[in-house]
Amino acid sequence: MTRILVLIVGLAIIGFIIWWFFGNHEVAETTATVSDNNQSVDVEVKGGYSPEVITLKKGVPAVLNFTRKDASSCLDRVVFSDFGINEELPQNEQETIKIDTSKAGEFQWACGMDMFHGKLIIK
Amino acid sequence: MTITKRFWISLIFSLPMLVGMIMMPFGWMLPGGNWTQLILTTVVMAVSARPFMQSAWSSFQKHHSNMDTLVAIGTATAYIYSIYAMFTSQAVFFESAAFVVTFVLLGQVFEERMRNNASNAIEKLVDLQAKEAEVMRDGELVKIPLSEVVTGDIIRVKPGQKVAVDGVITEGNSTIDESMVTGESMPVDKTVGDKVIGSTMNSTGTFMFKAEKVGSDTMLSQIVDLVKKAQNSHAPIQNLTDKVSEIFVPVVLILSILTFLVWYVIIGATLANALIFAVSVVVIACPCALGLATPTALMVGTGRGAKMGILIKNGEVLEEVSDVKTVVFDKTGTITKGKPEVTDVIGDDKQVLSIAAGLEESSEHPLATAIFDKAKLLQISKAAINGFQAIEGKGVKATINNQTAFVGNDKLLDDVKIDSELKNEMIRLQNEAKTVVFVGLGDKIVGLIAIQDAPKETSKEAIATLKARGLRTVMLTGDNQRVAQAIADEVGIDDVIADVLPSDKADHVQALQANGKVAFVGDGINDAPALTIADVGIAMGSGTDIAIESGGIVLVKNDLRDVAKALELSKKTFNRIKLNLFWAFIYNVLGIPVAAGLFFAIGLTLSPELAGLAMAFSSLSVVTSSVLLNKAKITGDVKVA
Repeated sequence: MTRILVLIVGLAIIGFIIWWFFGNHEVAETTATVSDNNQSVDVEVKGGYSPEVITLKKGVPAVLNFTRKDASSCLDRVVFSDFGINEELPQNEQETIKIDTSKAGEFQWACGMDMFHGKLIIK
Repeated sequence: MTITKRFWISLIFSLPMLVGMIMMPFGWMLPGGNWTQLILTTVVMAVSARPFMQSAWSSFQKHHSNMDTLVAIGTATAYIYSIYAMFTSQAVFFESAAFVVTFVLLGQVFEERMRNNASNAIEKLVDLQAKEAEVMRDGELVKIPLSEVVTGDIIRVKPGQKVAVDGVITEGNSTIDESMVTGESMPVDKTVGDKVIGSTMNSTGTFMFKAEKVGSDTMLSQIVDLVKKAQNSHAPIQNLTDKVSEIFVPVVLILSILTFLVWYVIIGATLANALIFAVSVVVIACPCALGLATPTALMVGTGRGAKMGILIKNGEVLEEVSDVKTVVFDKTGTITKGKPEVTDVIGDDKQVLSIAAGLEESSEHPLATAIFDKAKLLQISKAAINGFQAIEGKGVKATINNQTAFVGNDKLLDDVKIDSELKNEMIRLQNEAKTVVFVGLGDKIVGLIAIQDAPKETSKEAIATLKARGLRTVMLTGDNQRVAQAIADEVGIDDVIADVLPSDKADHVQALQANGKVAFVGDGINDAPALTIADVGIAMGSGTDIAIESGGIVLVKNDLRDVAKALELSKKTFNRIKLNLFWAFIYNVLGIPVAAGLFFAIGLTLSPELAGLAMAFSSLSVVTSSVLLNKAKITGDVKVA
């Protein structure tokens, strides 16, 4: 009897994992506000990036302020492969990253191990 | 708290349990038994493992998972079960939780160190810059910080000082060690009018130069920029790991639950044993090695290239290089020096060159510069002339020491005699596709000067190396067939495609691609389309900006021998990536079934501690293998058998 119960609970957990990680869930998105011909977005790094999708206006100088609140060494660097940026993110310090907004397009960013991803849309 | 500190804490608190485990067969028990184990492990979990839990939880909230998820779930399961087991008087495995945390942290400590090593190489390049410069301001030399130097400044460089920025020498001369930028090991002589590169080391003389490029425009800054982009670029092979890493962790969690269910429900193992198998699966499966395989190798490979004067622009190039079958070369400026020079002087050197130099001074002959340079090199002064006049369509003549002297092309032969010996020489030189200039005095030819855009000294060796590697070499040129063939024969090129219009170069490259991947080596504006269309575009560093922009690899030294080195380095880097990925996959693919107890029947199992150790080693071995790329042999001069 116990074993049947354990089996049911186990299968239920598997179901939950599939739904939780593979199901369609909303991600945090932000569009930068432009002021004085500058735009900036604060990104919190904690178990991932929030927001995960950032929209910037083309041609306006932009900065992203990353603050890593997570102790994981997984997230200790942020890499924008299209811009040649590979910055260290010291824990609990704001790290400003300048983004060249001269080209429109979608650009991925990732952690140093390429496990967590975020997306930058310039238009 | 740093990773290192967390590691030491967990090591110190795990050690008593390790001693206890080793001494158990000798009848020695840890004083306090399970209670001591509980306290020690609780410290490890609360201090060293807490960040894993926090990170796992915050990722979980965002529907993400990472390696911390696995470590957190694995250790927490072992820890919590052991507390339950302790109060129900069953066997505990506290030490598993503590050891896994220790091993994982050990792996991370090493890995962090290695990763920093791999990425710092290029930042060191920036440190090569001079910190200040002696600049002429208001007629006086003043020392100012590098950042205040502007274009047009006149800067003085003394022996042993670094050149501050890029510019042109206006006064004085010296020899300069440019190895830090170009990788060229021999110091280069520089005099007025020559370009100097910022951050290079002045050795002997003092000179003044005019700043042309400062700040981010300097060659060094551009190289650093290029390399940074390359190091962080995405190799297409990585797309696979991207996909894998996204689903990996949840899949492993499911596998581990299945492992538990199979052992507990179906086979009927004890709760403790079933849990141990499940925990082992979770712990061994960490995919960090997979994620590290490509970026670390890319970083080391491109960094090493930069040191040798070979700039690899991105990861895609590496992948293409491995199956290049044909290397196509542009002729002018790539195989050859790109400017005509005197290759042979027949007759009395001094007499022939002094007459030619004297007469050519007043002419606008395009080959005149080549003759002047040769005369200057041999320290022959030009003859004094008067009564200069042109011979329509044939050359020029003047009077030297009351004798008529003339210089011109083969049409002069209608008017004057040439003896058979010189005539034979003429035929020989013309067959070598050299332009022959005739020099005469009185009524006969006294000498010949052969002029050619000669191959670079290193071209022949470079082509031989490529051929020794089994690559087909092709020369693509706008020049006529005869000249092209002569140069090709001299350097040993397999095939020649001559009389190609600049706009057709790309089409020819495309046609060659039918027989396999093609690398194109070129330097001019007209080469840009071919550089882009070729699978691998290799631009000479002396080339036009547009060529450099179009190429996937840039050879800073302009040495054709670097083509072979670049191909070898790219191939080695790519092979290292493949090797890394192979090992990373093997660890997981083999490790998971073993950890799940699939080979239990033949006595092969993996306890959670060993799984933790294996996982730490997998990341470590991948990073180490990448760093070892720095030691891989890149000779570029395979001896021709």
